[in-house]
Amino acid sequence: MNSKKKATTGLKNNSTINIFEMLNKNDNILKDHLLNYYDQSKDLLNKDMSDAVRKLREDAYTYLKNNNLPSKRDEKWRSTNLEHLYAQTPSLDYKPSVYDKSQEEIFVCEVHGFEAQRYSMLNGWYYGPESEKLKIFDNGLIVGSIIEAQKQYPELFNKYFNSVAKTSTHGLTATNAALFKDGFFVYVPDNVVVEDTIQLIKMINKEENMFINSRNLIILGENSELSFLHCDDSINHSPNLLNTVTEFIISENAHLRLNKLQNLNDSTSLINSTFIKQHKNSTSKVNVITYNGGLIRNEIYVDLIGEAADADLNGIYLMDKNQHIDNQVFVNHAVPNCTSSELFKGVLDDKATGVFNGYIFVERDAQNTAAFQQNNNILMSSDAKIDTQPFLEIYADDVKCSHGATVGQLDTEALFYMKQRGISNDDARLLLMFAFTAEVTSKINIEALRLSIEDMIKKRLRGELSICEKCVLHCSVPEYPMEFDIDMSKV
Amino acid sequence: MDKEKDMNKVLDEVTSGEYKYGFYTDIEMDTAPKGLTDDTIRFISAKKKEPEWMLEYRLKAFKHWLKLKEPEWAHVKYPKIDYQDIIYYAAPKKKKQLESLDEVDPDLLDTFNKLGISLDEQKMLAGVAVDAVIDSVSVKTTFQDTLSKHGIIFCSISEAIQEHPDLVKQYLGTVVPHTDNYFAALNAAVFSDGSFCYIPKGVRCPIELSTYFRINAANTGQFERTLLVADDDSYVSYLEGCTAPQRDENQLHAAVVEIIALDRAEVKYSTVQNWYPGDKNGKGGIYNFVTKRGACRGNSSKISWTQVETGSAVTWKYPSCVLMGDNSIGEFYSVAVTNNHQQADTGTKMIHIGKNTKSTIISKGISAGFSNNSYRGLVRISKKAENARNFSQCDSLLLGNKCGAHTFPYINTANNSAIVEHEATTSKISEDQLFYCQQRGIDMEKAIGLIVNGYAKEVLNKLPMEFAVEAQKLLAITLEGSVG
Repeated sequence: MNSKKKATTGLKNNSTINIFEMLNKNDNILKDHLLNYYDQSKDLLNKDMSDAVRKLREDAYTYLKNNNLPSKRDEKWRSTNLEHLYAQTPSLDYKPSVYDKSQEEIFVCEVHGFEAQRYSMLNGWYYGPESEKLKIFDNGLIVGSIIEAQKQYPELFNKYFNSVAKTSTHGLTATNAALFKDGFFVYVPDNVVVEDTIQLIKMINKEENMFINSRNLIILGENSELSFLHCDDSINHSPNLLNTVTEFIISENAHLRLNKLQNLNDSTSLINSTFIKQHKNSTSKVNVITYNGGLIRNEIYVDLIGEAADADLNGIYLMDKNQHIDNQVFVNHAVPNCTSSELFKGVLDDKATGVFNGYIFVERDAQNTAAFQQNNNILMSSDAKIDTQPFLEIYADDVKCSHGATVGQLDTEALFYMKQRGISNDDARLLLMFAFTAEVTSKINIEALRLSIEDMIKKRLRGELSICEKCVLHCSVPEYPMEFDIDMSKV
Repeated sequence: MDKEKDMNKVLDEVTSGEYKYGFYTDIEMDTAPKGLTDDTIRFISAKKKEPEWMLEYRLKAFKHWLKLKEPEWAHVKYPKIDYQDIIYYAAPKKKKQLESLDEVDPDLLDTFNKLGISLDEQKMLAGVAVDAVIDSVSVKTTFQDTLSKHGIIFCSISEAIQEHPDLVKQYLGTVVPHTDNYFAALNAAVFSDGSFCYIPKGVRCPIELSTYFRINAANTGQFERTLLVADDDSYVSYLEGCTAPQRDENQLHAAVVEIIALDRAEVKYSTVQNWYPGDKNGKGGIYNFVTKRGACRGNSSKISWTQVETGSAVTWKYPSCVLMGDNSIGEFYSVAVTNNHQQADTGTKMIHIGKNTKSTIISKGISAGFSNNSYRGLVRISKKAENARNFSQCDSLLLGNKCGAHTFPYINTANNSAIVEHEATTSKISEDQLFYCQQRGIDMEKAIGLIVNGYAKEVLNKLPMEFAVEAQKLLAITLEGSVG
């Protein structure tokens, strides 16, 4: 991929130069801050860390020193502006909180009524009683803090850690490698099927502006199965910059179901890089659900390195106010007979802006590949914006690849048809919007979560913007089941 | 198995086809010294007896060009171009003013004959006015009488600078400013010649206007500049076609085409491009870095680009439409074929600014051999473009397993009443279709020919009659050995 240069639109070459210079200057404020922090806190960061981690940090530090943080000059970042963040010096010096109350007392998960093993992270650190930083189950399942896992299972850790993520992806993944303090760790041994969904609730509850780097590692052994729900939530209104890198290793015949739920306050920025490596006959089903957040960028990199692997990646985003959502989905078909599908749908209201960049890469030997990519958007207001870039790069000839992208509104004829039959305008719109989103929501395997998001869409359509002003949570009583004021006799 | 062998054989032949138009015409040249400096530009300007304002324009562009860096974002690879190792001006020596075709250099006529575009024949049969450009200067312009009856101006741009300075001044560089991009800036500085066309108000051009370009002398950059203005309620169909002789050193072609369509005007611009693509090892060939853009300035105006791209070692070309007028329409139909080591990064930009603007993009890529074929397109709906509508479809067909087909569409939408649709598919030539044809006694070569032609039909249909025939021939030659 030829990144670096901005594609010439032929419209404003002159003006860009100055903006770039400006960007450079701001970029350096945060970058210098990060480098300084590393210089000063190296010992603290590396405390209890293995040599592999120390080496990784050094490499990442060097990368960061020689490269700028991503900006609009980079092709892959041309529609997402982080400039305002680069002028800041957020606190990097966050400490673990003492475990004095249960996670439920701090934060109530708004997705009601489903069974899950719950784990939490508070302000970038694993949150739990001192004795339970790492839980080991009878069947060999290990869940807990990545720092503890590194101490207690160095062999396992070293084998998989940083085997999927690429430090040099961009300045922020390098920052993560250099500065991460804690993260979440799951190891599912061979032939183990984890019954309950494992839910990770990442909470941010600090008044000051923080830059939190966390690093997760999820390993699925052969023939194993895991359902994982990853929630990012903020509890107050302070601005934060969250930079998360998550690695998934899916071994042969293993199956991952991943749901990501993002519900952050309007001044928080989240850069979420997910790296997935799939071996033979493995499957991954990923749903990224973005409720709320000031600036959210999801990067999903899927590397299909074993034959007959399947990746099913879906996303839904409902943004309003001045929020910005950016989904970057890269699927690499390295071997023959793999299949992949990307389906991202979004509704943008107010002054929200959205970006979708899908990338399907089919290597020369990856014959018999079937890859599908789709991005559909509905703009609800005249100030909303969407940039969509569904890319295909194909070097094998025996492939079936297709992609599509649409931006539009609800089908006016369908609306008319329904109204003609006595369905009110709102309900008709609602029904159509359900049809629009159902394609993605129907893929969510956790029913309570599905109902919750449907409820959310309903609210959005009724003209209620995301949430009440006081709180970032959707704390209203759930409205489902859906009810329409339809006079059935007229239908 | 046999079938597979056959298939491989055919594909082998397809991918090893030699360039048919590899010949060289020996005509004396009046050339500028190698290299690019202020002096080169002064030389070109003086050679063409240009007015002061033109020289200033060139120098301004050159100054800007010096500040720019060569773009690297396209999905193409080629050795760095040494801009000081290029001859920026070469003109066939004019011994005297020519009155009729008989007086034209016989070698030159021979060149035309080999291309099958004999001027008189074209005159007689097709009723096409040909403004033939050989290396940079227009040699002969025909049908001037017919055109002048309608008040249509169709001449070389050098002539237009002399004869119609006001029109040129008013429109030159307004669609593709000299600051636009690296190659546009270079072109603005050193353009040698090109065509100028002005269709007055309410005139429907009675004939298809046509220019045949041909790169001739070795080591000569070709910098064409075309300016086409369609005034209110006018219509014109413009044809551009090119073939180039075989040469070992890479040649740079950085043309600029500007189209302006005013109220209710319609411009149809068709191109068949067959520059020398290099031999089958990827040696030589033309670099085709072209900036083509049309502006639908007037309400209800329409610009339609149709291109058949079969040549060039490296293509970097995005014919675009800026839809400024309300209800204006932009269209882009393209077939791009790459073979051997050719690389094409081509597509379009549709910039919707006016209300109720519509655009259609149909792009068909065919890759064979070791080639790489990319579609890169931008659809931008700006905030004020109420009810804008776009439909894009870009399909890629792969022949052989060493080539690449890529799609890079950019869709930026800032208006909620816009409807934008994009779809693309990439697939191999269908085994079922091949089988079906063969079952009915059509051999493998013809079958591939049929399928490829059928696949490209949607675009070929948009070409004017005379061109469609040539385009099909070119497709056949490019996929030599199996098709045609």
